Amino acid sequence: MKLSLTVNGADRSAQDVWPGTSLLTALREEFGLTGAKNACEQGECGSCTVYLDGDPVCSCLVAAAQAEGRQVRTVEGLGGPEAVQRAFLACGAVQCGFCTPGLVVAVHDLVHRIEDPDEATIREALAGNLCRCTGYEKIIEAVRCAAAELRAELSEHSAPPGLPEPSESSGPVRR
Amino acid sequence: MEFLAPADWTEALEAKAAHPGAVPICGGTDVMVELNFELRRPPALLDLGRIRALKDWEVCDGHVRLGAAVTFARIISALADRLPALATAARTVGSPQIRNRATIGGNLGTASPAGDAHPVLLATGAVVEAESVRGVRTIPVGDFFTGVKRNALEPDELIRAVRIPETAGPQQFAKVGSRNAMVIAVCSFAVALDLERRTVGTGIGSAGPRPLTAPAAEDFLAGALDWDGLAVSEDAAERFGALVAAAASPIDDVRGTAAYRRRALAVMAVRTLRWMTEKEAVAV
Repeated sequence: MKLSLTVNGADRSAQDVWPGTSLLTALREEFGLTGAKNACEQGECGSCTVYLDGDPVCSCLVAAAQAEGRQVRTVEGLGGPEAVQRAFLACGAVQCGFCTPGLVVAVHDLVHRIEDPDEATIREALAGNLCRCTGYEKIIEAVRCAAAELRAELSEHSAPPGLPEPSESSGPVRR
Repeated sequence: MEFLAPADWTEALEAKAAHPGAVPICGGTDVMVELNFELRRPPALLDLGRIRALKDWEVCDGHVRLGAAVTFARIISALADRLPALATAARTVGSPQIRNRATIGGNLGTASPAGDAHPVLLATGAVVEAESVRGVRTIPVGDFFTGVKRNALEPDELIRAVRIPETAGPQQFAKVGSRNAMVIAVCSFAVALDLERRTVGTGIGSAGPRPLTAPAAEDFLAGALDWDGLAVSEDAAERFGALVAAAASPIDDVRGTAAYRRRALAVMAVRTLRWMTEKEAVAV
């Protein structure tokens, strides 16, 4: 079947996609976006995490056809290196790197939702992302570091008078 | 394999009638695992993800009515006050990524003995709304689970909604797993008190071929509980736990032994009872 969707802000389509193909497979094999990784294929590891209409999801558990007409944002579409990626580098939160793209998306979501997440919140938010190198302490440090950088950015931006409020919803939304 | 993407509920019912072998998919968190591992090759997938009406919830006639496509993330964010035990169970479902996609209707449809919502739906006396082109029928959730991953739906039926009675007293859910997140229940337990009718509801997960209730434990506790002071003796609490464990019919499998499951159920039953009857706030 034909598949058309928006990936990282661009209209993309593929001509001949098997209906049971996962969004992950379509991203990697049809659109050449290999940032999201294919590991467990059952939603356990989170290495395939992407945004679907703004929510982080396991792309291995979305049928590509379900994403027809939807907005997908992959790790490649976060721009970069942005605050989360810089924090991962600065804190040594990358070892073999396989889990990193999924974690970067999950952390990106967290720090753009919650300004100053505590350790329990961070661990809960990242419960769906496994690091097989078990480098979790550095990853958690990177989350704090990224959140701090975004807070600093936000206070810089909100300091001058006359700028519009960041969002109408509760809490700062900087996505 | 065909991919059917109805735009509305009427189209979905017509598609299911025309393709009774089609597997409904919404969040995809169960169905896609089966496809990815080639455990199942259905003739068609029926995507319910575009049907707006399934994503809503409402309060009507003493019930909270959840559309089949309400996600666990939404239950946590929007319904924790109205459906506290279901929200507690929802927090134990998978990971944030899974909870953003997985739906209450999908949990029911999969009908896994380990489905996290099921004990709460049993304890609270929920009712499943099933619909086909032939009409709507309601199925008490106790009649919905018919075996391991089997449910009472006819081949042309889809789950439209689940109706959960508005909270009528304290209710709790507990789950045992090998870690604190992203885990399939070794066993799970829910209990709900109805303070007006002075009745007790229970639900047991992952300790039988289907989610179960513990009617003898419910009757015993209804008689042993001091309903005015919401207090229960130690002996009665232990007896309640033993009756819950006796109602289960667990097996040994990769996640745990039958003996462990019975023991854990007794512990969870006593513990959740204490959470409901002790006055201080309990962290869950």
